[in-house]
Amino acid sequence: MFVNQLSVFIENREGRLDQVLEILKENNINIISLSLADSSDYGLLRMIVSDPDEGKLALRSKGFSAMLTPVLAVKLSHKVGQLQILLSEICKAGINIEYMYALATGGDDASIVIKTADLEKAAEILGKTGVELIGSADL
Amino acid sequence: MIWNEAKECMSRDEIHNLQSKRLVKTVERVYHNVEFYRKKMQAIGIEPGDIRDADDVRKLPFTTKNDLRDTYPFGMFAVPQSQIVRIHASSGTTGKATVVGYTRRDIDIWAECVARAFAQAGLNRDDIIQVAYGYGLFTGGLGAHYGAENLGATVVPMSTGNTKKLTTMMKDFGVTAIACTPSYLLHIAEVLEADKALDQIKLKAAICGAEPWTEQMRKQIEEKLHINAFDIYGLSEVMGPGVACDCIYHKGLHVYEDHFLPEIINPDTLEPMSEGETGELVFTTLTKEGLPLLRYRTRDLTSITYGKCECGRTLARMSRFKGRSDDMLIIRGVNVFPSQVEAALLEMGETSPHYIMIVDRVNNLDTLEIQVEVDEKFFSDKISELENLTKRIAHVIQQAIGLSVKVKLVEPKSIERSMGKAVRVIDKRKLV
Repeated sequence: MFVNQLSVFIENREGRLDQVLEILKENNINIISLSLADSSDYGLLRMIVSDPDEGKLALRSKGFSAMLTPVLAVKLSHKVGQLQILLSEICKAGINIEYMYALATGGDDASIVIKTADLEKAAEILGKTGVELIGSADL
Repeated sequence: MIWNEAKECMSRDEIHNLQSKRLVKTVERVYHNVEFYRKKMQAIGIEPGDIRDADDVRKLPFTTKNDLRDTYPFGMFAVPQSQIVRIHASSGTTGKATVVGYTRRDIDIWAECVARAFAQAGLNRDDIIQVAYGYGLFTGGLGAHYGAENLGATVVPMSTGNTKKLTTMMKDFGVTAIACTPSYLLHIAEVLEADKALDQIKLKAAICGAEPWTEQMRKQIEEKLHINAFDIYGLSEVMGPGVACDCIYHKGLHVYEDHFLPEIINPDTLEPMSEGETGELVFTTLTKEGLPLLRYRTRDLTSITYGKCECGRTLARMSRFKGRSDDMLIIRGVNVFPSQVEAALLEMGETSPHYIMIVDRVNNLDTLEIQVEVDEKFFSDKISELENLTKRIAHVIQQAIGLSVKVKLVEPKSIERSMGKAVRVIDKRKLV
């Protein structure tokens, strides 16, 4: 039901992002989607990749701080208001959304990655609304 | 002006005789009242009777900052606590502070020494002196305060922190002298300059200390503010500011030798060095009652000469400081040991012990950045958690060293590993 997201700590220095991408390429890991959050001193690269476990090991072996976090990947149809409907359900349940970003899955539909405080409960609520949750196998 | 001509202009023989008399008494006192010294002297087979002359000081054991830590808090005091009227404290090398205590007579002698320094800077009862050292456990504020009062001057106890108020009062009161760290004074000068108020002040002298500064910096202060700037030296273990100060000729800092017996030793062999040679400065207190110290190793590197100064004083003169024989840093006048930062980080249990301290001077104010490696244990995929971690580290370090710091998280293994002694500090200030 959940997808494992690969997160990496990157200092705001020239070439660091490039090196992360290089390591993933060398290990034949495909990046499906990514989001880069930044503060003044460092960045946090969050990715949905073809093989998160392998990606984590590869990055750690090169000295990067990397971790896996379960997140929800949700399929949305390309219609006005779809995201709002979905979020309002989570909101009504009082679950805090920590971050979200678009997920590229190809095809006609749009997808998003959502990280909430109580992931189990959020998945349950979304299940009831009838939206399709994407599992790792579907990526 | 010379505050105490009888003591500051004695012949070298007279100084030697007075020091000899006082050293004999000090050694007797510590031997009988301080277990630490009795044991140390017994261990090397020395008795008070073996000390007859100031030159015999070389037979005595050394004292280090760690000895004060080991006897924390009052173990080295030579009088009952009922006779101690004040406590001050400075940074220790790890969590515990170095605690010092003063009897009423110690406080009086301290005020005498600081008054000598202020008089040396040309000040008297007609002056208005702003004391802009921190007041509190740090010896700077109260030390300068009591000395200025003893001089009979009008004291404005500013402490630190509010530069705007300080410059306003400097203008409005017609302040004629200031006591503060040299870097803070440069900052004050810049504030005055920005306010176009440099011609509205009556400042004529500054007595600066508590941190190392260069001759160029002294001249810069003098030119910017059109004043004379003087270098005052001291350390809380020995007393506080006022152990030595330079005069208008700026040819070394006069050590108030009737109260403090200075030596220069080789920090590696501990052997005495000759006049003019650079080594580690060591002090034996000659009149202190609360915390008398035998051969206290200051870790400051300097040299001493004994010739008479053009100002008429015959006291020993120390040259400008050439560094330290340990890793202590002085940041914004506060003594900081890298080991304090390390202990604080390890105590948190959340971070790796890999850190580096970057000290810089921006607009004449010292800055301290601490880079800490983000390792697997506390890495998070949430910016908010990483920011909380940054804040927690900053808080813990601030509690430990008493200075605000900027904490920067860096990638694991990005701090250079050294083969020998780890490099923990990058000091970009280019002092000395």
